[in-house]
Amino acid sequence: MGLAKRIIPCLDVDRGRVVKGVRFVEIRDAGDPVEIARRYDQEGADEITFLDITASSDDRETMVHVVEQVASEVFIPLTVGGGIRTLDDVRRMLNAGADKVSINTAAIHRPEFVREAAERFGNQCIVVAIDAKSVQQTGDTPRWEIFTHGGRRPTGIDAIAWAQRMAEYGAGEILLTSMDRDGTKSGFDLELTRAISEAVSIPVIASGGVGTLDHLADGVLFGKADAVLAASIFHFAEYTIEQAKRHMQARGIEVRL
Amino acid sequence: MTNIAIIDYGMGNLRSVAKAFEHVAPQAQVRITHNRHDILAADRVVFPGQGSIRDCMRELAHAELIDVVQDAARNKPFLGLCLGPQALLDFSEENGGVECLKILPGRVVWFGELLDPASGERLKVPHMGWNQVHQVRDHLLWKGIPQDSRFYFVHSYYLQPTDEALTVGQSQYGFHFTVAIARDNLFAVQFHPEKSAQAGLRLLANFINWNP
Repeated sequence: MGLAKRIIPCLDVDRGRVVKGVRFVEIRDAGDPVEIARRYDQEGADEITFLDITASSDDRETMVHVVEQVASEVFIPLTVGGGIRTLDDVRRMLNAGADKVSINTAAIHRPEFVREAAERFGNQCIVVAIDAKSVQQTGDTPRWEIFTHGGRRPTGIDAIAWAQRMAEYGAGEILLTSMDRDGTKSGFDLELTRAISEAVSIPVIASGGVGTLDHLADGVLFGKADAVLAASIFHFAEYTIEQAKRHMQARGIEVRL
Repeated sequence: MTNIAIIDYGMGNLRSVAKAFEHVAPQAQVRITHNRHDILAADRVVFPGQGSIRDCMRELAHAELIDVVQDAARNKPFLGLCLGPQALLDFSEENGGVECLKILPGRVVWFGELLDPASGERLKVPHMGWNQVHQVRDHLLWKGIPQDSRFYFVHSYYLQPTDEALTVGQSQYGFHFTVAIARDNLFAVQFHPEKSAQAGLRLLANFINWNP
């Protein structure tokens, strides 16, 4: 009896269509965002995250319309990430019907942006997305760094220290993606997830690498994640959200059914 | 045709609240407004809120809406959402201590460093996600909503009404706390019914049909 662990399907959106990158490179078309969001809501998704991977700023406006359409029909929390750089970007997405925005690169360029956004719009709607990669040397203690540009560019920033700093600046939640695992279907980086989750007092969403339902449960049980995010296993109808929840429940995790 | 005013004082995503009402009551006239005459003329008033209590109280004062909110809370079906119920109490600990609207007796208190009594592990704050709401008293706004249904929450401070009889709903997060309060024509919830799928939509529909 209490707070449920959340399952969050993630939709990568490019120019108004849902796609999914495998290791952020190959792209396969997966459909209409409103239709997919509606299906996830019916299956019992706890939230939906949209990641706008559109490169050109002209096409960003499309994302605002996608959010508006989804928010008129789907009454669960919506998060939007990708290209959120200014307070005005945050405002536009919230006004369109998003409940939270996810900030990634802009936080690395100017960490104060997170503080300003949290102060203006409230901590509850600011998610900081962290893309981390292991930089551990053989025999060394585990260490992860923040990478940008789809995992290609190192920043030299330690992932744990960064997560703590973002929490201190007012992030309401952390969306943690393992760049080593993303798209591999080999499971979350549980060591990374647990290290971040134990280092901060705010909720952590585990992301990157889900290939089986056990991976989702492991993220909660061993990674200590408060929520788990996955894309392809749901898009291509390998599993429904409900199956995922039943499986997690069978492994002793409290879920909303 | 019922006329619903959603009070706009610059805090939070009112569009989602309006969309949810339009969904459950296509016949109703739903208006997001900061105009005092609209609010005074409305049949039903929704008092939402997000962000910090200091900004909430400051923006209400700035929009000259304090007396209008107090009037509506005493005289017509009135629904408070999220930060709304917090603002209705006397005082909040947030932002170093803020005097609130004093419509209902009580305080708003920080969750603090919480431990799960079962596992001994630290509980995350904000309390974010879907928690069960135990209906501790019957109320028309609970009609058709199964006992212990889950609603979506996101908050770091919780309601502590002085009068126990005000509490109509409770949740558990390390301990039991009040998440829904009601008196006469007033009902207010800490969670977000507009983001709580079927259970939340049912609560909003019940509000539309409520004639206290």
